[in-house]
Amino acid sequence: MLRDLFTNVKKQQAIMPNAKSKSDVPEGIMTKCPECKHVEPTKELGKLLKVCPKCDFHFKMTAQERIDSLMDEGTFVSMDDHLATENPLEFPAYTAKVKKDAEKTGLNEAVLTGTGKIDGNEVAIAIMDAHFRMGSMGSVVGEKITRAVEKATELGIPMLIFSASGGARMQEGVLSLMQMAKTSVALNRHSEKGLLYISIMTYPTTGGVSASFASVGDINLAEPKALIGFAGRRVIEQTVREKLPEDFQTAEFLLAHGQLDAVVHRVDLQDMLSRIIRLHTKGEAAQ
Amino acid sequence: MKKTMSFEEPIIKLREKIQELKEFTETNEVDLSEEIRNLNDRLIKLENDIYGNMETWERVQVARHPERPTTYDYIGELFEDFIELHGDRAFGDDAAIVGGIGSFDGEPVTIIGHQRGKDTKENVKRTFGMPHPEGYRKALRLMKQAEKFGRPIICMIDTKGAYPGRAAEERGQSEAIARNLVEMASLTVPVISIVIGEGGSGGALALGVANRIYMLEHSTYSVISPEGAASILWKDSAYSKEAAEAMKITAPELLKMDIIDEIIPEVLGGGHRDPKQQAKNMRTVLTNALNELSKLDADGLVQDRYDKFRKIGVFSE
Repeated sequence: MLRDLFTNVKKQQAIMPNAKSKSDVPEGIMTKCPECKHVEPTKELGKLLKVCPKCDFHFKMTAQERIDSLMDEGTFVSMDDHLATENPLEFPAYTAKVKKDAEKTGLNEAVLTGTGKIDGNEVAIAIMDAHFRMGSMGSVVGEKITRAVEKATELGIPMLIFSASGGARMQEGVLSLMQMAKTSVALNRHSEKGLLYISIMTYPTTGGVSASFASVGDINLAEPKALIGFAGRRVIEQTVREKLPEDFQTAEFLLAHGQLDAVVHRVDLQDMLSRIIRLHTKGEAAQ
Repeated sequence: MKKTMSFEEPIIKLREKIQELKEFTETNEVDLSEEIRNLNDRLIKLENDIYGNMETWERVQVARHPERPTTYDYIGELFEDFIELHGDRAFGDDAAIVGGIGSFDGEPVTIIGHQRGKDTKENVKRTFGMPHPEGYRKALRLMKQAEKFGRPIICMIDTKGAYPGRAAEERGQSEAIARNLVEMASLTVPVISIVIGEGGSGGALALGVANRIYMLEHSTYSVISPEGAASILWKDSAYSKEAAEAMKITAPELLKMDIIDEIIPEVLGGGHRDPKQQAKNMRTVLTNALNELSKLDADGLVQDRYDKFRKIGVFSE
């Protein structure tokens, strides 16, 4: 009892570090690499395509940053920015969450779609943004991707999809699940016309997105260390009760198991895409 | 003795009471036929009340009932000359998906379905009806074979989901499911899918890109298991019931959302109470669907499937 009194006094005297001194990196100006702890000015990191100069860690990109890093300047024209998410299951707090992420990202949903040029090659493109509801796929994401694929089919041009998604969006229930089928039937039509589809998997590509359009590119690429998989690591560990390797479900792991054509460093990505597209263009390939 | 689900206890108790009275009259010289008749009337009313108004979680229990008829049971009732065909020709034979050829009213068809076990030993063999990639690849092989020979494809969906495991990931679980979605889109033969139990996530959808989708009255179809949703939304799988209700996973709800074509009525209390009758209910629907789809040519079937999935989604412009 007496001892308790003393310890209480001690606790009261302890000085808690305030939130500011905890973080040694000023918010916004500098960015710390979560992998090697290297600190780089955020502006410089942007010039490096958000790849850590010390350890090659690929930071998440916003959809707009992806456009800026890949597409010929001024060529990108976005599509379907007017589509708006509803709350078909009347899921509690869903509308507010979507609205908040729309304000945060400036996007109407978790994917940005449109047409534009990469190194002079006309493509249709869909870029998922993991900053919006973890890039999860509900009705609008499914619809936007489907319309972009249909546009590519109509124009007879390649389709590129950058995946960054935790999977199907729970709050739209089975409607989300069916977006996997919707995007797939559209991709099938694109494919039947002999057109090229390149899937680029970025951190993270999991669940229903991994188990639909992301895995069926004519060419499947991924960024280094990207998390790619169907079931979550925790779920698997609970089910099979076995220790999973450190690199489980990384891009490199998938490459080793025959699930990818190549793992491509972000700095090389534009050139790689351009070469692939040119090699699928008959007659003009030599130019 | 069938496994009792908690919500049907009043029915079971009343049934036991009637049985007791019957036995009593057999061994004693008293006439209780009036009482028995009254209780029987009450039983019928009670069954209609309870079984006729099942809530979401009660349906989930029926869909998961250990004695609920499986793909094999329905194959036995609905098809003649069934021959099971095994293997994906690449890795192995997954017992969580079964398939083969048989005839339906004299016409050759291909049948493919998830296969649960009915006891622990069989469930271990069939990984509880949760397929590995080779299961989906076997299914696709059989679909392509059906297409070559112009046979309609009938799929039965009954899985908690694709198997979550290391080997499944290494062999490309995502790709196997995704490939089926894309390839099923272009099949030039009729495809009919019936959810007979649980339709869990992508692992179910991989047999579900069909011209007609039906659900047995008490089956469920969902983007994630109620337990999975509860542990994400409430950080506690004890809220599975709430999650199941919130996600709208029952046959009437899916019909309302225009995702399925029709509900196949179940025997009162669930298909397990009379599998033969349940199969008859399915036969009627299958016959109609095959007749309707036989009017479409190859392009028409592909177009029909495209239109069906193309329109799914709720949003505003």
